[in-house]
Amino acid sequence: MNEIIRAHNIADYVPMVDGPDKVSGRAKYTADFIASGQLAGRIYRSPYSHAEILDVDTSAALRLPGVKAVVTGADCDKTFGVLPIARSEHPLARNKVRYRGEPIAAVAAIDDAVAKKAIGLIRLKARELPAYYTSKDAMAEGASNIHAHKPNNVEREVLFELGSVEQGLRDADLVREGRYNCAEVCQNQMEMHAAVAEYDAVRERMTVYASTQVPYYVHLMLAQTLDMDMSRIRVIKPHVGGGFGCRTECLNVELIAALLARRAGGSVRMVVNREETFITHRGRPQTNIRLKLGMRKDGRITAVECECDQRGGAHSGYGIVTILYSGSMLYAIYDLHNVKYVGKRVFTNTPPCGAFRGHGTVDIRFAFESLMDEMAHELALDPLAARRANYLAAPTVTDNDLMVNSYGLPECVDWVERKSGWRVRKGKLARGKGLGFACSHYISGASRPVNWTGEPHATVKIKLDFDGSIVVLSGAADIGQGSSTILVQIVAEVLGLDLSRIRIITGDSELVPKDNGSYSSRVTFMVGNAAIDAARNLKRVLVAAAARRLDANPEEIECRGELYRAGVQDKGLTFNEVVAEALKDTGTITVTGNYSTIPESHGGKKYRGAAIGSTMGFSYSAQVVEVSVDEDTGVVNIDRVWVAHDCGKALNRLTVEGQVQGSVWMGMGQAMSEETAYTEGLLITGNMLDYRVPTIQDSPPIEVGIIESNDPHGPFGAKEAGEGSLAAFLPALTNAVADAIDVRFNDLPVTPDRVFAALEKCRRAVGKRNGAKDNTPDGTKETGAHDVPDD
Amino acid sequence: MARTVVGILELTLNGGRRVDAVADNLLLLDYLREVVGLTGTKTGCDGGECGACTVLVDDRARLSCLTFAAAVNGRRVDTVESLGTDGRLSAVQRGFHEKLGSQCGYCTPGFIMASAGLLRRNRHPSEDDIRAALGSNICRCTGYVKIIEAVKYAAKLNAAGVAP
Repeated sequence: MNEIIRAHNIADYVPMVDGPDKVSGRAKYTADFIASGQLAGRIYRSPYSHAEILDVDTSAALRLPGVKAVVTGADCDKTFGVLPIARSEHPLARNKVRYRGEPIAAVAAIDDAVAKKAIGLIRLKARELPAYYTSKDAMAEGASNIHAHKPNNVEREVLFELGSVEQGLRDADLVREGRYNCAEVCQNQMEMHAAVAEYDAVRERMTVYASTQVPYYVHLMLAQTLDMDMSRIRVIKPHVGGGFGCRTECLNVELIAALLARRAGGSVRMVVNREETFITHRGRPQTNIRLKLGMRKDGRITAVECECDQRGGAHSGYGIVTILYSGSMLYAIYDLHNVKYVGKRVFTNTPPCGAFRGHGTVDIRFAFESLMDEMAHELALDPLAARRANYLAAPTVTDNDLMVNSYGLPECVDWVERKSGWRVRKGKLARGKGLGFACSHYISGASRPVNWTGEPHATVKIKLDFDGSIVVLSGAADIGQGSSTILVQIVAEVLGLDLSRIRIITGDSELVPKDNGSYSSRVTFMVGNAAIDAARNLKRVLVAAAARRLDANPEEIECRGELYRAGVQDKGLTFNEVVAEALKDTGTITVTGNYSTIPESHGGKKYRGAAIGSTMGFSYSAQVVEVSVDEDTGVVNIDRVWVAHDCGKALNRLTVEGQVQGSVWMGMGQAMSEETAYTEGLLITGNMLDYRVPTIQDSPPIEVGIIESNDPHGPFGAKEAGEGSLAAFLPALTNAVADAIDVRFNDLPVTPDRVFAALEKCRRAVGKRNGAKDNTPDGTKETGAHDVPDD
Repeated sequence: MARTVVGILELTLNGGRRVDAVADNLLLLDYLREVVGLTGTKTGCDGGECGACTVLVDDRARLSCLTFAAAVNGRRVDTVESLGTDGRLSAVQRGFHEKLGSQCGYCTPGFIMASAGLLRRNRHPSEDDIRAALGSNICRCTGYVKIIEAVKYAAKLNAAGVAP
């Protein structure tokens, strides 16, 4: 019994529960907490890329009327960082600065104008050191160390070979190698970084409002850098204006605001500007890749050899994890054996990189899917056939010990093939038009969090009180992806109730259970499963109460959401009557739900760091991109995108579509126009005009197919939906451009000037050959436009 | 430091008369957020890049980060807080909510005001009209697909009598 009559809470198009706040302007973001008596915080940043700090003179700033506090590196000798093994960063630089824009000192003043003036009065004496802006220069012989303990500036070298690449290459009918170069990109989320820190000097308590994806990690780092007991700190996460990974670790902004608030004995509001938000960075590193594949005539991949280096910037951040993901995520999409990977994470004198959406997988997937396309072309194989020859069969475990429990890639490929008209249109479009195809995948949360404590992976509490309202308490950080909506839907579904009965409270460490945060697409899977557990526990309490009241056995109780009854003849009890009965024993009811990943999902030990990439569920994506290339200007127009995403089960079709479209579009920005550029370490793209984000005028229709592979472990079968579709766009685009104009771009972004230069080079080559009719397969075909001259 | 000149600003803000003494270099954006306390209007960039601060001045979309408060003296200014009737969402607000034109919500007030401005002068916009009207607003979450759907839906609601 205890059957639930579905209230259609999941699987529908459900608008977000906090949507009305966002569209009315009521939703408060960190910078909106404006109060009288609050001080304005500002940061003094390094004008050097790499220098020894000799003296920071803040005396004139301190004397300025209206200045209430000044802090420097001398005020905090503790380091912070997301990985317990790599905490190399100080909130304010000590002894050395390692990138241009690194915080050195900060000021709190009665208003922003005074704070700004005070910053201008700070004097820095420093001795410049040689600085390195590329991985190659940083690793060159004789380069000095950016961090003393890392010779040659290699933060981590990852090396594994599973199977035999030599044998795999011997078994191949075709072996090809490509070199790829992906520019550094930045999340550039709409809300600039902000923190409001309030210090209660009497009770020695600190409250910090932070624009973060990870309130718990911020909490830990505040305790560490302020040297305060964790119980004296409260972290509040208000509405957050996007993150995409740059807020998956504590940033210096939160810590500096707190240091200032404690020094001033008051409240400090620190809102950094757009340029500073870019400099705070944590974006995707510039990456060089050399990839060699062996392929049989039928498309079967026999060997993979991949070398990559990532320009990590001046501090660790998630760097070690990023370089590990790039290797481990070669797997779990195709059936691969004989794989060798050499990855280097390099320190440079540029702002620190981090965990951008699709963490570690995107640039490698670009290279892999580009080379597969090129080789399929050479073997006269349909690019889709080349993928189909390499499918996995779930459930399975990869050579690097990743569990694949559900696998909807074949259905994704079939969907985009059908919707795009691939079979009838591919190869038959007019010159300048092309179709490109690619696949990608991503994890649904890392099975083992970076900060392993032995606790359940996720915990949700539900409170039920006299009024019959159900309040879900969760630490999961809704940053706009809609996690609060999903948790409300899940609880409503289990209890068979309408969404309107459920409220959710998140984002305040004094009220809600701890959560690791919103990153690696973990929330729906991990916290969703914990929410199911909590709701089932609540239902058990309610069923027991109904049974008592109806003088029946709990197994006989039929739960119809608003009605509990024992058999169809029974007129039953209303939900409120059941609640009243249940409260008699205990008063207000609170139940807990937990979720822990299974140990078999925690990855292997075949190489150092092999656990990275392990997850309970992989999502899959396939994409077809249609382009038109203007051969006179080099402008590439995206006409249409078809994307199919295997999210296991769509708990909310509206938000799944929104996430998938957003991912594809963000991939488009990286593929076509976005790049953070530096001159001698000075950021020259620190605004949204020079950092070219696609506008609504540049953006194509994106048709989404939802593929449901019903994962055995996911909540109601669900897996992630917010990241896995990003990576496939990049190679699908370059494959489409290759289809359109027969020029292959291995360097990103594919900007009009690069396309134009490549086309010019082709035209010159054709001209020289005097009488050649076109530039097709007879030897003039570009394989990698990275060597296109600048002229 | 240059001397700040303070003047009297009289305007119609969200339908009500208001008088304030404001510095002549105060931006409309900072006036709205910090003087009046209307924090629905957002700061998203260092000036004129993103559209998050879009408000309507005499029904036309304006970037409040590139407008001095003093420049709207005697004008009618509407922010996102002005939309809706009797606590109910306006057509554009409903579009962005029900069609998921808003994810993180930070760019949303700017998009909504630019869309409301569009519908006030063009009740039946084509998709090209929508793209043109929203061309200077950046959204980082949606890929714009559902924003276009939201505005089309809002136009339908508007045609059925719901105020934009």
